[in-house]
Amino acid sequence: MPLLRAWFCRLFGLVRKQSREAEMNAEIQQHLDALTERKIAAGMSPKEARNAALREFGGVEQIKERAREQRLWLSADDFLQDLRFGARMLRRSPGFAILAILCLTLGIGTNAAVFSWIEGILIRPYPLVAHQDRMFALGGTTRGETEGHGLSYPDFVDLEKNSTLFESFIVDRIVGTSLSVGDRAERATGGIVSANYFDALGVRPMLGRGFRPEEGTGRNAHPVTVISYLTWQDRYKGDPAIIGKTQYLNGVQHMIIGVAPEKFHGTFIGYSFNFWVPTSMQETFDSTGYKLEDRGARWIESYAFLKPGVTRQQAQAELSSIAQRLENDFPETNRGQGFQLFPLWKTPFNAVGNLSPTLAITTGVAFFVLLIACANVSNLLLARSLLRRHEMTMRLALGAGRRRLIKQLFTEGLLLSAVAAAGGIMVAYWCRNALVLVSPVRTPGITIDYPGQLDWRVLVLSVAVCIGSTMLFALIPAVQASHVDLSGALKSEGSGVVGGSGQSRLRSALVFVQVALSFVLIAGTGLLLRSMVQMQNSDPGFSTRNVVVSAVDLFSSGYKPDRAKIFYEQMLERIRVLPGVQSVALARVRPFSYTIYSSAPLEIEGYQPPRNEQVTADYNQVGEGYFSTIGIPIVAGREFTRNDDENAPPVAIANETMAAKYWPGKKAIGERLKVKDKWIEIVGVAKNANYRTKLEQPTPFFYVPVRQNFVVQNGFIIRTEQSATAIMNAFAREIHALDPNLAPLDTITIQEQVDRMSYTQRLAVTLVAVFGGMALFLAAIGLYAVMSYAVSQSTRELGLRMALGAGVSDLLRLVMSRGLLLTGGGIVLGVVAALTVTRLMGNLLYKVSPRDPLAFGLAFIVMIAVALVACFLPAWRATRIDPVRALRI
Amino acid sequence: MGKEKPDLVYGTLDMLILKSLQHEPRHGLGIADRIQQISRDILRVEQGSLYPALYRLEAQGWIKAEWGVSDNNRKARYYKLTAAGRKQLVAETEHWSRITMGINRVLAST
Repeated sequence: MPLLRAWFCRLFGLVRKQSREAEMNAEIQQHLDALTERKIAAGMSPKEARNAALREFGGVEQIKERAREQRLWLSADDFLQDLRFGARMLRRSPGFAILAILCLTLGIGTNAAVFSWIEGILIRPYPLVAHQDRMFALGGTTRGETEGHGLSYPDFVDLEKNSTLFESFIVDRIVGTSLSVGDRAERATGGIVSANYFDALGVRPMLGRGFRPEEGTGRNAHPVTVISYLTWQDRYKGDPAIIGKTQYLNGVQHMIIGVAPEKFHGTFIGYSFNFWVPTSMQETFDSTGYKLEDRGARWIESYAFLKPGVTRQQAQAELSSIAQRLENDFPETNRGQGFQLFPLWKTPFNAVGNLSPTLAITTGVAFFVLLIACANVSNLLLARSLLRRHEMTMRLALGAGRRRLIKQLFTEGLLLSAVAAAGGIMVAYWCRNALVLVSPVRTPGITIDYPGQLDWRVLVLSVAVCIGSTMLFALIPAVQASHVDLSGALKSEGSGVVGGSGQSRLRSALVFVQVALSFVLIAGTGLLLRSMVQMQNSDPGFSTRNVVVSAVDLFSSGYKPDRAKIFYEQMLERIRVLPGVQSVALARVRPFSYTIYSSAPLEIEGYQPPRNEQVTADYNQVGEGYFSTIGIPIVAGREFTRNDDENAPPVAIANETMAAKYWPGKKAIGERLKVKDKWIEIVGVAKNANYRTKLEQPTPFFYVPVRQNFVVQNGFIIRTEQSATAIMNAFAREIHALDPNLAPLDTITIQEQVDRMSYTQRLAVTLVAVFGGMALFLAAIGLYAVMSYAVSQSTRELGLRMALGAGVSDLLRLVMSRGLLLTGGGIVLGVVAALTVTRLMGNLLYKVSPRDPLAFGLAFIVMIAVALVACFLPAWRATRIDPVRALRI
Repeated sequence: MGKEKPDLVYGTLDMLILKSLQHEPRHGLGIADRIQQISRDILRVEQGSLYPALYRLEAQGWIKAEWGVSDNNRKARYYKLTAAGRKQLVAETEHWSRITMGINRVLAST
């Protein structure tokens, strides 16, 4: 009640502000008059009486000011008044205002952008999907290891059937295919999804319907598809009668039954899906066979929705007990297999796992930028508060409270940061899709999608940052300003010496911090750059020069193995004779591509695995001449030949790690292993190489001849001196000559293929470099501002020195040395900070120590260089001072 | 005369103002006179400092002001105790007497 009343008073007071003020004046006037009358009646002269009354009453203006403050309604009024006053002050010094707002916009904008990325990519990555707070990624584990394991379809069905704490489970497996509409064929990304997909996500198709429960099962029985809004618009020109039409997907006619709403892009971070098909169509889209009834085939990427109120621990416990049961019931396939829930930002099967450390570091960096920006604005405010000291002193002398002054300065600060926050949110809006720009994949038809999300949470955070930073940057100047020594300050300000007073010490401290923070950022950038270069230069185990890779999507064009075999045979012949081509070989999986290697349980002759270990290894199916073409040395035995075909005894080549692990001390050649009930003889040992990324640890890996393990989908490895473009054109021509309906997938150098896999590292470098650059720029402004202010304040001293015979170089040295001293101190602090902070960069660094002297040295040089530039201008100005005029001031 | 400091314990002014309005509305000068008169000149209010206090009490809803005419036919702003103000006065009086009792006991001890 009293609160309400106070509010009402305040509101009412605002409306009646003019009359309130008049009322107060009248009331006090009346009081004084009455008092005076009384004194006259007591026998004083009117003049005496008036003076006596005034004395008895006390200082009229002070009392009025106190009275104004007492009225609750006035605090809101104060705010408006301060705001108006602040705006006026800012308009009077537009240079200051623009600079301050620019700094803060950078600071707040970077933070808003990073928050929006985190929100849009890590926390709530799937627009339109309901209850993302209860949504978890679900992956399989093998003996507790989580990396890259999916679920099998029968296990998935059992989970659905036996769990009680889950609202729903969905399957979502990303597939690539070619989509040809009319005469246009392009790559497309799709999802093999469980029939409950759209219902569980709470996404209603904008046209048509989602999948029906029965459409999830029955081998190839339900060729239906839901297409994305983008595909509908782009490929089908927004055809309103699209529902019921058919489309060939991987050679099978599918009926389009629905169009997903515009904002829904599927559930795979990084890719925007073009279409969805139900699980029943799995075999059509998977070149490795039918898997819906195979408990050993773990190909499913899954998500689970918990029931409201269920914790992740409870849900995980239930999953583990189900896994235990499955292990007992199906020991053949499920020994050592488990399930694990992951928060969305740790989803193991999409780009998020790689992105989250990058974004974590980016958050830290953005925060640094904000701190530096605040220090800058603080500095600018301090400089200005000196100019406004007279104004402040006057107001204090006239009876304004110190609190009132601080409030006024805060309001001015808030005004600055509010404008900056608006600008910052705009910056974030422009940057929301910026992450895509660094993405290496440029395939027509495939939409890469890393959207920032500017929802209310981001806005609230931005406002919090805005208020927080105001506290940060306005506090010191406000407190400083309100501690004016009244008697001293009313005398005119004396001229200082270079770096004398306490105020300038404070400003120096701020620059000090700025330099330190930017040093950390520059050193961090240096480390990331160094690790980028290291990665670029590190040897993946195959030659990265003169090798071009490409592929043709025969599977989605409906080729069967026999026809594919003929096609490849003919292609090899044709490519081999192209000018500039030295050799060509087939490989099912091109190294560093997104295709997943085959993997199988192994039995190894003469090797007794520990009880709980299931021996498995990844392998690749490669053609004759693969090793010489790609440049992996064979260290023992021989390479595959044309004769290693289906009629010859099965053979394999192991890598060094495999040979050392399973046949230690032997030469491995002639040893045998059993894959899928087939005994295979080792005929060679290949040098270790990287297979997926340069960051991977060496693991057992082996190769089998493609002619003994034929699959429809193969890649070409071409050794040539020609450029990728030249080969691309020739390659496309040859493919067209064989089958005019085919088009090559991207033909790129293997170096480019390798680079694509370092996307996260490149993203981190780009982000940290951009933000580091901003920080450097801000710090330079700060340094410059402090130095030029110091020079302008010590004109008299400098003039005196000149008059006493100091030369240009002396003055330059005086000013520069002070600036460099500041920088040097900041750098020392920065080195200490950087040493602790860079350790957190962990897995983003590749073969670079977090204390890499080169990166630190680089940061040192950059900082000093910037400091020299920032200090030179003020120093040079100092030498231009006219001593006669300086002394006369 | 200028050296004469108002002998007011800090924080008691509000209570004294409320008390002085207990029986009838008064204007600012009237309140000052009343306090001085009842206390038999022991308490002297710095007249000006009444106003910040009056506005504070008004904003809190303990007193209400309206314009009226004074004894010598001048326009003056009269303050009147509200119901909430009366309650507040009782509460403050109680609080005060407890404190003074405490203080007296401490001072009376030997």
